[in-house]
Amino acid sequence: MNNVFALAIVVLKELYRRKDFYVLFVLTALITLLLGAVNLFNDDKIVRYLKEICLLLIWVSSLVIAIVTTARQIPAERENRTLFPLLAKPVSRAQLLLGKFVGCWLTCGLALLIFYIFFAVMSGTREHQWPVLNYFQALWLHWWMLAIVIAVTLLGSLVFAAPSSNATITFIVVIGILLVGRHLGKVALQLAPLSQTIVYAVYMAIPHLEFFDVRDLVIHNGDLIAWWACGTATLYALAYSAFFLFLAWLVFRKKALN
Amino acid sequence: MASPYLLLTLLFVASFSLAARLQLWYQGWEGSRSQSSGVLNVLMGDSRRLFANHFFVKADVYFHSGYYPSIFDQAKLHENSPMIQTTATGAKPDHEAHEHKDQEAEQKADIFGPPKDWIDRFGRHFYPSHHTHLEKNGDEREILPWLRLSADLDPQRVETYTVAAYWLRSRLGRVNEAEQFLREGLRANPKSYEILFELGRVADENRKDPKAAQNLWELALRRWHEQEAAKREPNVFLHQEIVGHLAELEERKGNWDVALGYLEQLKKYSPFPEVVQKEIDQVQQKQAKPSASEPPGTRGAK
Repeated sequence: MNNVFALAIVVLKELYRRKDFYVLFVLTALITLLLGAVNLFNDDKIVRYLKEICLLLIWVSSLVIAIVTTARQIPAERENRTLFPLLAKPVSRAQLLLGKFVGCWLTCGLALLIFYIFFAVMSGTREHQWPVLNYFQALWLHWWMLAIVIAVTLLGSLVFAAPSSNATITFIVVIGILLVGRHLGKVALQLAPLSQTIVYAVYMAIPHLEFFDVRDLVIHNGDLIAWWACGTATLYALAYSAFFLFLAWLVFRKKALN
Repeated sequence: MASPYLLLTLLFVASFSLAARLQLWYQGWEGSRSQSSGVLNVLMGDSRRLFANHFFVKADVYFHSGYYPSIFDQAKLHENSPMIQTTATGAKPDHEAHEHKDQEAEQKADIFGPPKDWIDRFGRHFYPSHHTHLEKNGDEREILPWLRLSADLDPQRVETYTVAAYWLRSRLGRVNEAEQFLREGLRANPKSYEILFELGRVADENRKDPKAAQNLWELALRRWHEQEAAKREPNVFLHQEIVGHLAELEERKGNWDVALGYLEQLKKYSPFPEVVQKEIDQVQQKQAKPSASEPPGTRGAK
């Protein structure tokens, strides 16, 4: 386990060396504050649109950080020829994969924490209420959603030729699931029998990332999500992350490194 | 060779002269971006109108606190939305009970239907699946940014101005902002009888200026006749609203003949002429028996 954490810490250090996070955070903050300064009918208590835009920017930024950071991990190790000395040490391929996963996941967690603190301060100062537990649930579920995304991207980095193609395809898949994943079942019911079976199978098989998107509840000051539902969603994310990581290990186990 | 300072000065003077000359030309140039009405116009061109409807619907989504059917759900919440309906009907006190019943019925209706599978059932914990309206503590204000954005994207969309103005003046007490927004809408749509009618309501109900209201409604009625009367399916509802308000105004002033004239017009377009006839009979009775409180000499005054 020490090897896994040692690898994870290297990935974490990479976060503050690279400028991606700073740029995305500054952009998010700047756009949100600029929109917050807009005068709408001389009413300074309008906040929901600001929460919506801020959360959207946080979601986009977190996906960019997660996918771009993860997609370059193994290809960069291979390109810099640091993968050979790494595996020559008593580090197994499974540990390498797990280390990269934990590192990327912790990196995203840290970034999310900063983003959500900014979000809570921004909405709290305008709305004068602090639903900390709601924000915690949103952050928690968001982080677990990123676990699935990171595991998928790690798998993609072993399957696709270049980090760019991997990142692009993962982005399309993730955004596609977030936009229509919830509705595929309804679409399937309106199709002819064969197409219905195919679409319904896809609907059942895909990881339902929309479970973790609770932005609408946060924006519209919805009630707290039942804790058992949060726990079940966490287990769901854990199962899918483990599945994709295991798949990645199966691919990586027999993959030629040169 | 000339001094480099002289050359530098020459270049600076040349640049300055050219800039001064070009600036004049640029101001008059039709392709100048400085002549565009806004940043959105520059960035999006005419495609912005496509998004205006989306943002108008977004306001309705906010009104229902995020509980809204997607394009995959077959409910018609937008058409029955109280955000639109109360604006159109005016939500007068005698309509409020009926309106309240409609809203209750809407709140009981489940737009998503029963869950279709375990994914659908479980997923409902993570998005608003309980129907509420933004109707307390001035929360209605939250719909305004989207209406503002919709108006910026498509200034010719009249409904945006009337809906926003209704919520601003009736529920949020922001009469000045409502009037300002309506006037902005009128500048973009100078022939809109809908905006003129709303402006008349601001003048009558909020400013307590019946003379201004009368002028605005009369102009609205003229515009309605210019645009709608010849149509196969005219906007009868707004005609009723304008004429009804004018009749009420004249009744208040005791101008029975004029009020009866408007009621006759109302009867002509009304889908329920018998109801209007009852109103006409009532006015005729009032005309026959003037109230004791009515100041002498005002009856029939123009």
